Amino acid sequence: MMPSLYLPSDSLARAVGADEVAVALITQARERNLPLELQRTSSRGLYWLEPLLEMDSPQGRIGFGPLTAADVPSVLDALGEPSAHPLALGLVEELPYLKTQQRLLFARAGITRPLSLDDYREHGGFEGLKRAVTIGGEQTATEVFDSGLRGRGGAAFPAGIKWRTVRATQAAQKYIVCNADEGDSGTFADRMLMEGDPFLLIEGMAIAGLCVGATYGYIYVRSEYPDAVATLRAALNIARTAGYLGSNVGGSGQAFDMEVRVGAGAYICGEETALLDSLEGKRGIVRAKPPIPALKGLFGLPTLVHNVLTLASVPLILAKGAQFYRDYGMGRSLGTMPFQLAGNIRHGGLVERAFGLTLRELVEDYGGGTASGRPLKAAQVGGPLGAWVPPAQFDTPLDYEAFAAIGAMLGHGGVVVADDSLDMAHMARFAMQFCAEESCGKCTPCRIGSTRGVEVIDRLLAAPDQSGRDEQVIILKDLCDTLQYGSLCALGGMVSFPVASALKHFPADFGLQPSEAEQ
Amino acid sequence: MPDEMLHLPMVNSLLERHKGSAGALLPILHDIQERIGYIPDAAIPEIAHALNQSQAEVRGVISFYHDFRTAPPARHILRLCRAESCKSRGAEQLAAQLRERLQLDDHGSSADGSISLRPVYCLGACACSPALELDGRVHARLSAERLDALLDACREDA
Repeated sequence: MMPSLYLPSDSLARAVGADEVAVALITQARERNLPLELQRTSSRGLYWLEPLLEMDSPQGRIGFGPLTAADVPSVLDALGEPSAHPLALGLVEELPYLKTQQRLLFARAGITRPLSLDDYREHGGFEGLKRAVTIGGEQTATEVFDSGLRGRGGAAFPAGIKWRTVRATQAAQKYIVCNADEGDSGTFADRMLMEGDPFLLIEGMAIAGLCVGATYGYIYVRSEYPDAVATLRAALNIARTAGYLGSNVGGSGQAFDMEVRVGAGAYICGEETALLDSLEGKRGIVRAKPPIPALKGLFGLPTLVHNVLTLASVPLILAKGAQFYRDYGMGRSLGTMPFQLAGNIRHGGLVERAFGLTLRELVEDYGGGTASGRPLKAAQVGGPLGAWVPPAQFDTPLDYEAFAAIGAMLGHGGVVVADDSLDMAHMARFAMQFCAEESCGKCTPCRIGSTRGVEVIDRLLAAPDQSGRDEQVIILKDLCDTLQYGSLCALGGMVSFPVASALKHFPADFGLQPSEAEQ
Repeated sequence: MPDEMLHLPMVNSLLERHKGSAGALLPILHDIQERIGYIPDAAIPEIAHALNQSQAEVRGVISFYHDFRTAPPARHILRLCRAESCKSRGAEQLAAQLRERLQLDDHGSSADGSISLRPVYCLGACACSPALELDGRVHARLSAERLDALLDACREDA
């Protein structure tokens, strides 16, 4: 009897050869007359081990990885005695990287098939919706409020307040909008979740729709994620057929349906008001707030806008109760956060833990240091608009407030690690250049300041003497202030974080003495 | 370039399909580009008319978004990720390799019409940087040799 085999269909697993491994497994098993049962599941998020093949055993699933198609014959030879294979990993759930995580949101990652409704339901799926239907909208909003859940897109606004605001606003039509425009470098948790567990997001949006009285929703997915788009669209059809969407959602008597919309390569559309304009078929231009989207959002109507991970946290909060969720985390950062280890890191992947572990634990214990083996220089936390954090500050706990206190931010939980070969002056210049490229152009500090920023950094790097450099440093800091306090949205408002942190912590890369950068 | 008017029946049938859908301009543009390869100039008055917008508004949307093209691309479209995670793993060296081999700036099409080059800022493959997308398929853990092999394959099928 051939055991069941599992291999991820996740787009990054495929980008490192999972499909080639699958084809080799199928053809070679056929040649050997082995009755092969291969399931394509989601990814565990242990990406340095991808393609990661798993096999049932009496103790649980055992793994092999990272595999190439060339390893397939030896893996098939070793199925009788798996531990003998050089790429055998033992029990996957006993791997320290996974075992020490607290997977609430990604509980099904690597285990279930993304489009199997049965797999989803067998692993707790739709329990949250069932409870939401039973307890009603008012109580649902209270659960979300009491859980302490904050927006996972980066701004960390308390979700329950938004839910109550939209719920209390009277309108003929309200909307739920999921922001799946995950454009920050170093982040991939939204992609993993949409590709791997699409029903979780659908369930979260349905609960939100029932609670706030919205009957229609949109998932705005960036065009760089075609696999997520295809998986979500297929999942929507399956959920609709099963009665989880439509005129009577989960037997509630209320209607809710939704569709997937695809972005078109504009980073700014990850900003919620630009996203709303884009959904309306316009250029993605940032809107001034107020009015807030909860009151006047999509097409001028009350709209609940949340990131993928925020909405996907809701089913669990409903199923297990607010208190269960609050028991994770620290201070005002409650629950778990899927951190994403990226860049020059040995063990890149997804680490879901309660808030409060330190950046050092994340980068060194989980990540295993740099992939290149060279000394660690810095980590950029929270995407392209996040600060470069030097190793001296790595003992900071991963908590919204603790990061704000050191002039950094957690954002969407992405961590890009860099070794000593990365030139921070180049990265600071790139941050300004990226802002100039992606600015929507509505406000002057961002539209003009970002281009001036590139020029100032170029002049600073070209300055022949200390007085020339001092002059440019003063201008650059002044410009960062103008951007930070004068911009309409976070793009211009936060581009100063990577620039100012690079200047402060790595003055030598700008040709400065430490004292010059401190002035 | 073929006569763009030949595309109009398809454009009009797509417009008909999106009729009544709110805020449909982006889905319409994506559909046209997917079928024709770019947004033909001749399509713009038709789109504007169907949505009751000015042509300037439609052109404004097309030019705002990096994805929309107004001219046919080369046979292959290669997008190298140039964002922070890939930069920390040598994306700039790969970009230099591409410029050298294709004799191109970061944007543009190679002289033989085989490859259109564009930067992209994040493909969500950051745990296995550096990465690129070739004709809609992501390749991660790139090396200089792997990039050369991908370019060779693009050139050979000419």
